[in-house]
Amino acid sequence: MAGLITMDDLTNEQILDILGDAERLLPVARGEIYLPLLQGRILGNLFFEPSTRTRMSFETAMKRLGGDVINLGDVKTSSVVKGETLYDTIQMVDGYTDIIAMRHPRQGAAQYAQDAAQVPILNGGDGAGHHPTQTMLDLFTIKQAHGHLDGLRVVLAGDLRYGRTVHSLSHALVRFGCDLIFASPDLLKMPEEIVSDLRSHGANVTETEDLYGSMAEADVVYMTRIQKERFADEDEYARCAGAYKLHARHLSEVKQDMIVMHPLPRVDEIDPSVDKTRHARYFEQAFNGVVARMALLCRLLGVPIPAKIEGGAL
Amino acid sequence: MRRVTAIRNGTVIDHIPSGQAMRVLEMLGIGASTAVPVSLVMNVPSKKMGSKDIIKVEDRELNQSELDRLALVAPDAHVAIIRAYSVAEKLTINLGQEVVNVVRCTFSNCITTNLREPQPHRLKVVQRDPLQLRCHYCGRPQNLSELANNVL
Repeated sequence: MAGLITMDDLTNEQILDILGDAERLLPVARGEIYLPLLQGRILGNLFFEPSTRTRMSFETAMKRLGGDVINLGDVKTSSVVKGETLYDTIQMVDGYTDIIAMRHPRQGAAQYAQDAAQVPILNGGDGAGHHPTQTMLDLFTIKQAHGHLDGLRVVLAGDLRYGRTVHSLSHALVRFGCDLIFASPDLLKMPEEIVSDLRSHGANVTETEDLYGSMAEADVVYMTRIQKERFADEDEYARCAGAYKLHARHLSEVKQDMIVMHPLPRVDEIDPSVDKTRHARYFEQAFNGVVARMALLCRLLGVPIPAKIEGGAL
Repeated sequence: MRRVTAIRNGTVIDHIPSGQAMRVLEMLGIGASTAVPVSLVMNVPSKKMGSKDIIKVEDRELNQSELDRLALVAPDAHVAIIRAYSVAEKLTINLGQEVVNVVRCTFSNCITTNLREPQPHRLKVVQRDPLQLRCHYCGRPQNLSELANNVL
């Protein structure tokens, strides 16, 4: 069975279908309705590098749907440390589970695992490569706020060079005709190959270092963490980090329905003063990870989601 | 005008794109430690190509895996096996949709850099001329000038 390795594995129609499934599953994700669609199924969580939200939201998604989860556990105490290849690890877990969610520090690991496995692989991040389940929850959050995805104006800000989240999301947004504004320090610009790839798909892409000046017409401002370790010079880091620290006072001129998103964890790039504004969506976004992953688990396991979900409370 | 004499036995690689002969040698692993005579001419006039490079390797016949590597540098080159001064065989270079187990991905953080991983090294041919390759696993475009260092 095919998994989800990159967003190219889904057509726009399939994306919208899955987002519709996710919408219907909201009461299940909130624990208001118990719907054991995945009872008897086992998810293998293989996180070869640290993850909080992705791993936990996969686990929550599976359990809310009545399924079970087994975890690789700490890589330091697993057979990986003894030198086991990814191929062998996958062969083993493939026999234990019905579906695998995986994060790995090496790029291409998810496709590699899919080629080795019989069960579907859900890519939870491979190096600086792809993170499609994050993209699905991001798209869900945007659609929830604006009612659609088409033709929106989206500012992506911060570390655009190393962030796999923004790479996957940019490709998906362009498929829905969104205009993209990349706001980043020069050192952390979106890789040239990605910008040219997006433009070759007809995208309207603007690059700037001025975050605040680019927000006035935006429908979405997607912030990312600027990582200190990327800078050789501490002063340079301080200067850049300061230019990408969103505060409530920066939001006075923005559109009423503009939303601020962040894949979390944040450090200083969104001041807590933004949390209380109508624009903040990052905590809902994190919650949406559960509902988006529920919809994906069902889809990849071939379990249809009822058109209307009702049922007894817990 | 004949620039290099005919060889008695060996391989002639003709119609190499102008300036690519050195990379062909690199891909074939022909260098300082090669004992057999090797002749190389660069930028000679060609009716078909305008100009071209030619390599003649004496007393050595290219095998299939060498042809597969040649496909990554000069997919339209002509390869002839020479025996007793005449063409004994003409070999065909095939650059298909995918190059399997010929070279490994040039991206340093690709999963395939762990050479203990047993699945095949797969590069997809995105474009033939000029050649563009992408790794099947990590999706990264390949650095063609580094491919010779990654021959399997």
